[in-house]
Order: sequence, then C-alpha cells, then structure tokens
Amino acid sequence: MESRGTRLALATWAALVTAFLWVPLLLILVYAFNESNIQSWPIPGFTTRWFRAAWHDQEVRDALWLSVRAGLIATGAALVLGSAAAFAIARFRFFGRESVSFLLVLPIALPGIITGMALNSFFVFNHMSLSLWTIVIGHATFCVVIVYNNVLARLRRSSPSLLEASADLGADGWQTFRFVVWPILSTALVAGGLLAFALSFDEVVVTYFTAGAQNTLPLLILGYIRLGQRLPEVNAIAFAVIVLTVVPVALAQRLMRDTGVLRRGAANVTEAVESSQITAV
Amino acid sequence: MQPGRPLRAARLYLTGVFWRHRWGKGLVLLAPPLLAFALVYLASLAALFVSSFWTVNPFTTEIEHHWTLDNFRTIFESSAYRTIALRTIGIAAAVTVTDAILAFPLGYFMARLARPRTRAFLFVAVLLPLWSSYLIRVYIWRLILDQNGVLNWTLRQLGLGPLHLAYSNWAVWIVFSYVWLPFMVLPVYGALERIPESLLEASRDLGARGFETFRRIVLPLALPGVVAGSIFTFSLTLGDYVTPMLAGGSSSQFIGNVVYSSVGISNNVPFAAAFATIPLAVMAVYLLIARKLGAFEAM
Repeated sequence: MESRGTRLALATWAALVTAFLWVPLLLILVYAFNESNIQSWPIPGFTTRWFRAAWHDQEVRDALWLSVRAGLIATGAALVLGSAAAFAIARFRFFGRESVSFLLVLPIALPGIITGMALNSFFVFNHMSLSLWTIVIGHATFCVVIVYNNVLARLRRSSPSLLEASADLGADGWQTFRFVVWPILSTALVAGGLLAFALSFDEVVVTYFTAGAQNTLPLLILGYIRLGQRLPEVNAIAFAVIVLTVVPVALAQRLMRDTGVLRRGAANVTEAVESSQITAV
Repeated sequence: MQPGRPLRAARLYLTGVFWRHRWGKGLVLLAPPLLAFALVYLASLAALFVSSFWTVNPFTTEIEHHWTLDNFRTIFESSAYRTIALRTIGIAAAVTVTDAILAFPLGYFMARLARPRTRAFLFVAVLLPLWSSYLIRVYIWRLILDQNGVLNWTLRQLGLGPLHLAYSNWAVWIVFSYVWLPFMVLPVYGALERIPESLLEASRDLGARGFETFRRIVLPLALPGVVAGSIFTFSLTLGDYVTPMLAGGSSSQFIGNVVYSSVGISNNVPFAAAFATIPLAVMAVYLLIARKLGAFEAM
C-alpha cells in the first residue's frame, strides 16, 4: 500500500535510527585504544596499554569480583523463583493469577529510584547493614521477572499432555522432570539466566541504594566518571563490558530462537525478552 | 541410574499425593516466589511509604519515629523542589515523545516492509544496545557531546559552528532518548507486526487510500504498542539519576538526584523516601491510563 517514495523514506529512517543506536557503541570501541589521557576527537594514536592498566588495577579487580559474585547468586535465586512462578502461572488457574505477574513485573516497571529507595528503607528499617547479600536481594528482585518471562514463554509452547503421557508410562515426578520437563526447559533457563546475569552485572541505579560503601563494577566506573579519574581505564573497561555483554545476549537470543519457541524467527523475541515484562496473562 | 527402591517408592507416593491434590503442587510452586516478593519487595514499598512520614533529628542524625507531614510540606512549599519535580516529569515526557517519533517508522519498516533477513538483522541491532551496559552508553555521550568531542569535530568538518550541548538539559534529553529507544522500538514493532494483512486489504477494497488506511487502521491498532513502550521510556526516565548526574549540568537535577544525595550525603532517608513517592504516584496514574488504552494487552 506504500508508495515508492514512502518506502524509500521509511528505509532511510530505519537506517538512520539504527546508525544512531550503533555509532556511539562503535565509538567507545575506538576510544578504548586512545593513546592520550585527553578524551577528545579524533584520538591522536592507538595503544593497548589501558587494558593492561585496568586489568592490574586492584580496585577494578575487587569490583569485578563483587559484581560476578552478586550476579551469580542473584541469577541462581532468580532461576529458582522465576521458574517456580512461571510453572504455577502456566499450569494452574487460580484467583489472583493476573496479579501475580503484575507483582513480579513491578520492580522493573516502577522507576528504579523507587525500587532502590524502597529496598534501602527496608534495610534501614530492619537494621540490616549493607553487604553482598543486600545487593543480591536487590538484583534478584528484578531478575526474577526475566527468568519468569523466558520460562513462561517456553511452557506456553509445550503441551501439558507430555506430562500426562510421562505419568501414564510410569514415571514419578522426578523422572518426569528429569526426562521431559528439563529437556524442554533447559535452553530457556540458560537464556533467562544469561539475561538475568547481564542485567545484574550492569545495574547501577538500584545497586547504589543496596551496596553502601561497596563498589560493584558499574558503581566503581560511575565513581571514576564523576570524578573524572582514570578515564582511559574506564574506556578500556567499557570496551570489555560491551563485548562481554553482547556475547551472552546474542547467545541467549539464539537459544530462544533455535528451538522453535519463537515461531516467527527472531521476531517474537519481543515478547520473550523485553516488552512482555508487563505480561497480561 | 537406577534409584534405590525406598527412594523410588517415596517419590511415587509424593507424585501420587501431588496428582490427587493438584493445588498442593501449585501452592508449593507459587509459595516461595510469592513469599519472597511479599517479604522483601512489598515490605520494602511499605517501609518506603512509612518512613516518608518520619523525620531525621538534625543534631543526632537519628531517625525519629513519630508521624509528621513535614517532608511533604518541605517538598511542596519549596520552589526548588517543585522545579526539580516538574523538570523530571517534563523531560520524561519529551523523551517519550522523541522515542515514539524515532521508533514508529523504524518499527513500521521492520514489521511491514523489511525482508526477513533485514528484519532479523534490525531486530538484533535494536536488542543488543538494550542489553549492553547502560552506564557506558550514557558515558559515551559525554565524549560525543564534549566541546572537543565527535559531534563538534563533525560539525567543524562541515563548516558549521560548535554546539554547546554538553552538561545541559539538552544533553540529558538526547542521552535519555538514546538509552531508552530500544524499549520503545520493540513493543511498537510487536504491535505493528500483529496487525493482520487482511485488515489492510479490506481497507483498500473499501476504497481507502494509503494514508487513510494508515490513519484509521494502522495507527489505532499500533497505539497500544506505543503506550506500552512509553511506560518504559517514561518510567525509566522518571526514576533515573545517573544520566542527569553524568550528562547534565548544575541545573539538570532530577528527583532521583535529590533522593541520591539525601541518602548518600545528608543521610536523610525519610526525606528521600518522601520525594521518591512523587514518581510512584505519577507512575500509578500513568499505569492506570495505560491500562485503559490497552497497553497491557499489547505486551
């Protein structure tokens, strides 16, 4: 129905917006090799020494280690809680079912400052001192919904009759889980886990309120940027972080697609990954 | 892997119990996540709400647990705080509109014109920035908008004067529009993709021209997608403090920045809690309107 002119205009627009999204990301990849301390364009020359400097920076290492630990534990908790909730929602009809998914989505749908402030008041209220565990609690709260969405999308595509067939053939609950449910779910869990970890690893708005004096990697970088310190190192870390998050996300995307869960190719990742964060069941 | 007999018997017994009482299984599944959420998240929101009615003793910096509306009075009576609240809401609205304008034609192209390969490519091209580090994507714009950054360098090559965008509300607007754009593209694309081709054909058969079909068929059906995306762009902007802190100037304070410094510097949690209830109230109203417009079904 579109005229030639409209088609051309839309294609141009699409190309421009995509460039708008990507040019800055490509720029940081260049800046990471900036020879100079001064962050002006064009960069005077190339060096890899900031990567070495960042890698040997003890503060960076400590922050990275804290981020990895918090991310792994929060992802683990999110996997258990998120898939349990997804199973319940997918397999049972009960009163208040829709409120459950609304509730799970709330930590992401509400402004970050509210989630952060709320958790902070909660910890102050209960006289809990801020530690690795308060970071984990904060991250798990908003990672649950990521796993939940992935698992729910997968469960909706699998037939409940498979479970009945398994029981008819004499399997007990554990065997059904091990030989029927697990093979269906495993890639969705891996994808959900990767995304949850990526989210946790990157989070800064809520984390500030749950970390206190500790520095996760994003909090450390935020501090460096604010004070204008060690910017060349920040660039090198940015390079690494961009590359390291792109890989698991691309992988997660592939896992959700290859199993035919997303019928229309990559298209329906929309539902699986982001926008279904507020899922009306 | 043959399990021992008593174990197998116990498992079969349990399986039987759960088979007869299906709700038992549902309860076992649902209880842990719901309890965790109620105990931590809902309790946190309650704590936020309650502590916003407390005060901090200015001498001892201890929190005093008696009820008062002082925090809210301070916020509403101070013109500085009013300005900050209005700036936050205003820029959040501007970012939402900007992203809708940027995203709609892209989503339309992806959903209705692009070939499958191009579509898959564009999809990943939108998705990856969404998941790559937010903080770093904000930081890059400091380098771009800097006096000697990429933008002014490019303008100089074109023989145009330098722009002084760095550390201003303009910068905040640009950076927010940049970082939240994927959140708008995905639901808009999803909504456009779900419009059945037959509806457009019917519209054409009934004599509607291209633009009329767009206005009367495509736009109303895509609107819930736009509203769905706007929930994210609006809410995320409303609750942020990192972008104003890094990209903005001295007059770019957001609600989030006040909350941030109330907790981090002046250690006044009750006041921060009171200020944080403003975005909460705004979002509650916004979500109610969004539900009326069918945004939740669009996701």
